[in-house]
Amino acid sequence: MSTSEMRSPLSRAKGWGSAKSGTHHFWMQRLTALALIPLTLWFCFGIASMPGMTHADFVAWLSSPFSAVMMILTLIAVFYHYALGLQVIIEDYVSNHAVRTAAVIASHFVSVILAVTGIFSVIKIAIGA
Amino acid sequence: MAEFTLPPNSVVKGGRTFEAPADATRTRTFKVYRYDPGSGENPSVDTYHVDLDTCGPMVLDALIKIKNDIDPTLSFRRSCREGICGSCAMNIGGSNTLACTAGIDEFDGDIVVYPLPHQPVVRDLVSDLTNFYAQYASVEPWLKADTPAPSGRERLQSPEDREKLDGLYECILCACCSTSCPSYWWNSDRYLGPAALLNAYRWIVDSRDEHTGERLDDLEDPFKLYRCHTIMNCTSACPKGLNPAQAIGEIKKTMVMRQF
Repeated sequence: MSTSEMRSPLSRAKGWGSAKSGTHHFWMQRLTALALIPLTLWFCFGIASMPGMTHADFVAWLSSPFSAVMMILTLIAVFYHYALGLQVIIEDYVSNHAVRTAAVIASHFVSVILAVTGIFSVIKIAIGA
Repeated sequence: MAEFTLPPNSVVKGGRTFEAPADATRTRTFKVYRYDPGSGENPSVDTYHVDLDTCGPMVLDALIKIKNDIDPTLSFRRSCREGICGSCAMNIGGSNTLACTAGIDEFDGDIVVYPLPHQPVVRDLVSDLTNFYAQYASVEPWLKADTPAPSGRERLQSPEDREKLDGLYECILCACCSTSCPSYWWNSDRYLGPAALLNAYRWIVDSRDEHTGERLDDLEDPFKLYRCHTIMNCTSACPKGLNPAQAIGEIKKTMVMRQF
């Protein structure tokens, strides 16, 4: 944004006005956080039960419909929450507008790539290669 | 990136020292930020040993004594000396507060006095609050109603609705809250900050106002409103004991409620 000295202080304070967004981002961040409470508990208990498992045991565990669905839900919630949170951090600390925009877009791409990779892996294991 | 270090011309150097009178028995040391942008010199911290037996009890009293008796070049704003004008907001002992309501005896050791953080410095303890005031003006802090006022009397408001303004209308715009907020430090060009948002909420929650929706629309923005991450520095800094963080939380809650 231009911060030309010739603009009035009120013009600069009003800036681009309202982007008419932000509440959805805020609300989704809270909802994914809420969803992650049970999902993370389930995930931790799942990991805790792994020592001693063979590869075949693990495949059987992840192939059960309950585990597979819970794992996919966890991946969706984790990477949605991750994308939202990382965006906030970038917006807070990256002051250059072009760099900020590029970083937000890149972080969204990365989170989608990671989420899809994880979900595809679960499906592949659960349905069988 | 956000600037975490001071630019070279803002790095604070050591300053001059002013001793207390030889016969002073009860002294206190004040370390005061000094800066004159026109001088070309970096800021410095001057040390003043103040005789408390000839000084009032508040930090503002000490600053006035320094200016009157020790060093007339010290610049600061002050007016009411009783916590209602907000002029003497500054950073004392690491926290933003009003010098006039901060007792010297509330602080341990040397009392370090800086201007409000992360604002341009006009001189010494005087910061440039142009953007802060413009942000306050941008929330249009006045009653907006399309219904004409009833003739011959005021717009009515129930005692319950009037109570909703308590804790909001008392804001004196001293800027202690906004300039204590890290989100405001990094993004004050676009984030309105706790003071402007508290005042926006003061009109959003006013039962007589008819532009609640437009007010919410104007704040629906990732930067204007949602840079607040409930850090709570604003609430701990407010010298009037108000809770800007709660007011911002109420705005966010209303934003969500109107989606359902």
